[in-house]
Amino acid sequence: MKRYFIMLAVIVCSFILQSTVFQTLALSDIVPNLLIIITVSVGYMRGQKEAMGIGLTCGLLYDCIFGDYIGLYSIFYLTVGFLIGYSNLLYYKANYIVFGVFVALGDFLYNLLYYICCFLFRGRFHFFFYLKRIIIPEMIYTILISFLFYRFLQWLNEKIEQLEKKEG
Amino acid sequence: MRKKNKISIEPKYIFVTCLVLCLVMILISYKYPEKVAPFKKAAGTVVTPMQNGINGIGRWLTSKNDLFASMKELQAENQALKDKVSSLSTENKTLRLEKYELDSLRELYKLDEEYAEYPKVAAHVKSKDTGNWFHVFDIDKGSNDGIKVGMNVMAGDGLVGIVTEVGHNYATVRSIIDDQSNVSAMFLKTTDTCNVKGNLELIDDGVIDLELIDKNAEIQKGYEVVTSRISDKYLPGILIGYVQDVNVDSNNLTQSGTLVPAVDFSSLDMVLVVTQLKESNY
Repeated sequence: MKRYFIMLAVIVCSFILQSTVFQTLALSDIVPNLLIIITVSVGYMRGQKEAMGIGLTCGLLYDCIFGDYIGLYSIFYLTVGFLIGYSNLLYYKANYIVFGVFVALGDFLYNLLYYICCFLFRGRFHFFFYLKRIIIPEMIYTILISFLFYRFLQWLNEKIEQLEKKEG
Repeated sequence: MRKKNKISIEPKYIFVTCLVLCLVMILISYKYPEKVAPFKKAAGTVVTPMQNGINGIGRWLTSKNDLFASMKELQAENQALKDKVSSLSTENKTLRLEKYELDSLRELYKLDEEYAEYPKVAAHVKSKDTGNWFHVFDIDKGSNDGIKVGMNVMAGDGLVGIVTEVGHNYATVRSIIDDQSNVSAMFLKTTDTCNVKGNLELIDDGVIDLELIDKNAEIQKGYEVVTSRISDKYLPGILIGYVQDVNVDSNNLTQSGTLVPAVDFSSLDMVLVVTQLKESNY
């Protein structure tokens, strides 16, 4: 139970950071995607089910604050959580490189879905422009930030596991 | 042992269920926006004070940081500003001349109400859309301060966007450079109507799309573009920007081009919300 509250707090905190502090830290107008980092790291460390839960929470939060329709971003984050959750099979001991690759994959997937749903359907066909202008820069920035974040998330995961063991 | 008691469902079934659930939610919020508004408001009400707090800390830090800005920088800035003042005062003179001309012309055309002063409320930009695709931001005033959906937002004397959603203590603004934004506009000089459309592909050049101009309209670079009277969302006569270039479309019926917004969107901090609503809508 504690795990859910702690993760909810982490999600809300990073959402707030992303919409305030990171907007001023934006490099060439691009902001890293902290919510994807959380979703991917949970998927990597804990598996599909939890990643889907986290993704859904992130998406709903985003939908409620910035979205036009509730549910759209939830689908993006849910899908990322589901697919990246398969990486849990590779999780034996934390490996930064593997984690970085999955963050990159997750972020790319998220933006690809975004592009298809919100831009392609409105007749914006220059995919490579968007790839160059948004998807790749966001991916790189997100990977860099994810290394900082991963340490913290891993430490948190270990702490929660210890707590759960004590209770169990 | 504990695990055996739990019913375990395969992740893919959970995924499909959630997916369907999300689709249903999208449909509901598309069909009945008023049904989901309370949820959005609740989330906004919780998050807004926290964002305000962080912004407060940020502003305090910047103000402290500014105090320590070195003397040399200030001197250089002073010199630069002095130069600017002299150049601006010359510009001001020419502008005053132009204004005199404009006033007389306006009298001729009875366009007095064009630049009528609208009542405004100032607000801080609180947070920006966390994604990189759209240009939507939140301001720290909401329905408690009399903000309503559909109110126009300005900065300086240029149009910034329109309020799309209102909570108790926040409001969401869609800026005119947003990819989904559409503003019905006209050229102040020729009163030809056109359509101003945000375009993510042009954002790095600092311009936005200008469309659906009549083929016979004689538009030149630097013409002022203001919101038109036929728009049902935007009040007439608010400056949007200046024409950069215009070309005839391949269909040979309309012209289109690009426009430089009057507002600098990269450093938006204070905005003015026009508290008067365009009424033709209701």
